[in-house]
Amino acid sequence: MMATIFGIPPQALFGQLLLGLINGSFYALLSLGLAVIFGMLNVINFAHGALYMMGAFVSWLLLTQLGIGYWWALLLAPLIVGLFGVILEKTLLSRLYQLDHLYGLLLTFGLALIVEGAFRHQYGVSGQPYPIPEMLRGGQNLGFMFLPNYRGWVVVASLVVCLGTWLAIEKTKLGAYLRAATENPVLVQAFGINVPRMVTLTYAFGVALAGLAGVLAAPIYQVSPLMGSNLIIVVFAVVVIGGMGSILGAVLTGYGLGLLEGLTKVFYPEASNIVVFVIMAVVLMIKPAGLFGRER
Amino acid sequence: MSLHSQSGAQRGTRGAPPAATGAAAGRAAGEAAGRGGATVGRLAALVALAVLLGAPFLLYPVFLMKVLCFALFACAFNLLIGFGGLLSFGHAAFFGSAAYVTAHVVKEWGLPPELGILLGTAAAAVLGLAFGAIAIRRQGIYFAMITLALSQMVFFLALQLPFTHGEDGIQAVPRGTLFGLFNLNDPLAMYYTVLAVFLIGFAIIWRTVHSPFGQVLKAIRENEPRAISLGYRTDRYKLLAFVLSATLTGLAGGTKAIVFQLATLTDVTWQMSGEVVLMTLLGGMGTLFGPVVGAGLVVALENYLAATSLPVPVVIGVIFVVCVLLFRRGIAGEVLARMGQQKAK
Repeated sequence: MMATIFGIPPQALFGQLLLGLINGSFYALLSLGLAVIFGMLNVINFAHGALYMMGAFVSWLLLTQLGIGYWWALLLAPLIVGLFGVILEKTLLSRLYQLDHLYGLLLTFGLALIVEGAFRHQYGVSGQPYPIPEMLRGGQNLGFMFLPNYRGWVVVASLVVCLGTWLAIEKTKLGAYLRAATENPVLVQAFGINVPRMVTLTYAFGVALAGLAGVLAAPIYQVSPLMGSNLIIVVFAVVVIGGMGSILGAVLTGYGLGLLEGLTKVFYPEASNIVVFVIMAVVLMIKPAGLFGRER
Repeated sequence: MSLHSQSGAQRGTRGAPPAATGAAAGRAAGEAAGRGGATVGRLAALVALAVLLGAPFLLYPVFLMKVLCFALFACAFNLLIGFGGLLSFGHAAFFGSAAYVTAHVVKEWGLPPELGILLGTAAAAVLGLAFGAIAIRRQGIYFAMITLALSQMVFFLALQLPFTHGEDGIQAVPRGTLFGLFNLNDPLAMYYTVLAVFLIGFAIIWRTVHSPFGQVLKAIRENEPRAISLGYRTDRYKLLAFVLSATLTGLAGGTKAIVFQLATLTDVTWQMSGEVVLMTLLGGMGTLFGPVVGAGLVVALENYLAATSLPVPVVIGVIFVVCVLLFRRGIAGEVLARMGQQKAK
């Protein structure tokens, strides 16, 4: 076995890379949701981080208040967050489609403040621990590193969800309707498809993805009202880097930047917080539409 | 497509009398009110000035100085969104870094306050040039996300750089003596200094908006491709507007550091960027006095809420939602539109 790689012990290097991959999984899930919502609604959902936090909190509340465990939470929390999304879209967002897209951003910014502030008021800023489910405790010794089972599960689960979403949008009939409605909603409606309902469900699906990410994150990071707001700004940068033209682009950029962040933590830890923003600036200088984006 | 032209269209369809045609009606009515009411406006400005001069004898000066600093901040922000159609979600970066630079040079280098504010403003201008050059490559929503991300970078730098003292911030900044003449530890001297800074900043904004440059900026806001086809290099105009807005934001931030003798992480957070958006939205985007009104209301509201157990972010969030859904013109915009309607009748 190698003693060091570029003067870094391999344990530390792979450990940080795994951490980067985990972060990347969340970037990918969240930017995927943002891209799906943006494609259909032309709204950048600022509340995405708050709804991710809500997903984590719902699973924590299910466990502590009702004794409902992780696996049910994995199903229920996204449903609850998605339902909340339906209400938001029906009552508030749908009033803004005729206006400039920036109003959608401002509205969801206000919503993010409300959701985050309410949880903060109720539960304080300190994090709540969420236990790793029985089945996924322990870990595997891979020879070059130790892989905790739960972290492996998060990477696999997010990969499956991202690929599944991509396949559903690119290969199924429903996905074809969705893509058509993104291109030309009026024409699709003329074919007898209920576009407003599709818009609502798209928003619900996008925020449910955020809720799912929240459940996956609960056992890794502590469940805290502040967990979403800092993450969402990084995800915005991810979205700018990837460009919102393609679903796959959003996912790939998410994982890639997570890994890059992990590498930065190994070689130059001081810059790990800002590396994504620096990359964003560089990409904007070279390719303003983003790596996978099209100029519209 | 800009935020403002949309709200203009909205205004036209909702508020204009039937005789008026199209989207321009509401806007034209507003501008007619502005022109017809020039004398009224001048009178109102004089009254406002008198109120500002006499205010410290009636109200708590620290509160007034806070309002003035944030009013200048909001006016500078409004220059970009209201007249240039560019929504920056990262103006806290300029406000906060100017505050840090001013606090640092005054406290550690022992510079007088006027030089401190000047250096803070210059730092914000340089930062504005760098951020502006990157951000104007995209428009609309992307512009907002890019400015937000860049300002978050400034936040992390402020957290990590040694001279900002991390979570503690730079505390106990001496107010010093202005031009070696006025001791700023005297609340009244400090107040009139802040008032002077505000009036200078406001005059620059007023002049900019009413200059040929301001007209071109408005043209870009309304229809950028057309402005390009008329031969304007719109990127340069947008960049200049961005730098000017950042600079004046820095002026507000540096002054704030002297008034409160403090520069902290709060000044560079995204919440601060959001707050100035709210002040401008509430007061009225694209109006000259709106952001001043909005800043006064938000600062007063926060002062009031601090004494209650209500969670501030929730209240701020609710105001945001209400403004976006029901009240897009803001207070000053609403008043101008009403005046315009009366003129039309």
